[in-house]
Amino acid sequence: MSFASDTAKLGTETAATAAGLGVLRKLMPLAGIVAFLLVWQVFVVVWKMPPYLLPSPVAIASTFVTELPDLLRHGWVTVYEMIAGYTLAVCVAIPLAIAITSSARFNEFVMPTMLFFQIVPKVAIAPLFLVWFGVGPTPKILVAFLISFFPIVIDAAVGLRSMSTEMADLARSMGATRLQVFARFRLPTSLPYLFSGLKVAATLAIAGTVVGEFVGADKGLGYLLLVTNSNMQTSLMFATIVALTIIGLVFYYSVELVEGLLIPWHVTHRAREESGTM
Amino acid sequence: MSEPFIRLTNVGKVYQTKTGPTEACSDINLDIQKSEFVAIVGPSGCGKTTILKMVAGLAPYTAGTITVGGKRVDRPQTDVGIVFQEAIMLDWRDVLENVMLQIDIRHMDRATYEPVARGLLKATGLEGFEKKKPYELSGGMRQRVSICRALVHGPTMLLMDEPFGALDALTREQISMDIQRVWMESRKTALHITHSIPEAVLLADRVVVMGPRPGRIVEIIDIDLPRPRRLDRLPERFHEYSTRIRNIFKSNGVLAMD
Repeated sequence: MSFASDTAKLGTETAATAAGLGVLRKLMPLAGIVAFLLVWQVFVVVWKMPPYLLPSPVAIASTFVTELPDLLRHGWVTVYEMIAGYTLAVCVAIPLAIAITSSARFNEFVMPTMLFFQIVPKVAIAPLFLVWFGVGPTPKILVAFLISFFPIVIDAAVGLRSMSTEMADLARSMGATRLQVFARFRLPTSLPYLFSGLKVAATLAIAGTVVGEFVGADKGLGYLLLVTNSNMQTSLMFATIVALTIIGLVFYYSVELVEGLLIPWHVTHRAREESGTM
Repeated sequence: MSEPFIRLTNVGKVYQTKTGPTEACSDINLDIQKSEFVAIVGPSGCGKTTILKMVAGLAPYTAGTITVGGKRVDRPQTDVGIVFQEAIMLDWRDVLENVMLQIDIRHMDRATYEPVARGLLKATGLEGFEKKKPYELSGGMRQRVSICRALVHGPTMLLMDEPFGALDALTREQISMDIQRVWMESRKTALHITHSIPEAVLLADRVVVMGPRPGRIVEIIDIDLPRPRRLDRLPERFHEYSTRIRNIFKSNGVLAMD
């Protein structure tokens, strides 16, 4: 393996350049995955595992490629439901967070209900949604919505409350209107908190969608999982899991990309360079 | 003398806390003339920050009256620039834009005031840092930006609440000099809160000495020293004033020398 020989070379060449080390460090997580897959492949080949029990990574990859049209067809449905549920959650959660941070009474009024809906297991409500809304996309969107809603509200509310009293005093001394205080001070201050909620929610949305599809669907990757499971198409089942993972990762990093664009000033996104001051 | 610009008459403040009412300060009588630089010096918890906040209209007072420019203070004052102990920076705006925030919020003309902002940054040694983000600056530089922000819109009153509290000794000295320079150019009515005796004597026309809680004014001392006062050429009288204030603290039990 090139990874192993790279390390060996580093051991002998003491004058390894910083750039080389940087590349190696970037490849490190990838090397871990490669090593894991390699062990898996060897295990399956050496112990002659039957493919319906545990297919090899190579077999899964080849299934993934041959079944790609099917995966895409079902994947698109899942992506659509996930994004719809997540968007709905964002659209409801942020105004709600603004409302509960603006009014203590409203907070007291709405918080117990919200907590109730958060604590009720989503898997338990999903069949109810099926009864109410049928097998279409609506129940899946609603489960994705419910599951990603809470972290956004909570983190957005924490963020909106995080402005210091001194900053509020500064704004008041400038004669800032309520709208200005909100738009120029409070909202930007809350963004780092909001995004941590948005990122957690992004990872949950895909799980919610699959739960929704498990309960009753005729398309979508969750449906495909159930079908392949009952047909013992284990290789395709793994390929479906891979597809779901890819969707989840791409979605998460998309949210993180937006975060980097919107709050480049925050400590988590500052360019790691020497600030030539003082 | 003419009618004082800032007038505090029998001002007092009582906080309601869980353990009952707490008196922050009482019987504060203080007149500040236009273009005068007054420093309030006192021990921690003597209510000196409370006085500044009450003058700014950011904290209500429970006794007496405060007037600024002849008008009773009953809401946040806006013809003012405030420097807080922490430089309150908006991390998403660069140095120049943090100063220009004052102009944006007030809907003043950016084109008119941008040269003013740049001039102030230059006067405080921040030329070339206009495009830096606040997190790229040291604590002293951030505080200088907040001083520029407090002055850019040309307020009649400059309020400073322990602006050097979070800075190291060398930086304090430098910024004291910067403040004296920009103040001498603009002659704003200035109220400066500090717990440092030399800092108060160095900057102020008059030093208000406060006693421990509940905060009262113990003495008001005129500082008759020519300006610009230089840290490397402090006259003997500077030390006399400092010693005198120190002795007031000693007799009030704030300082114990032995």
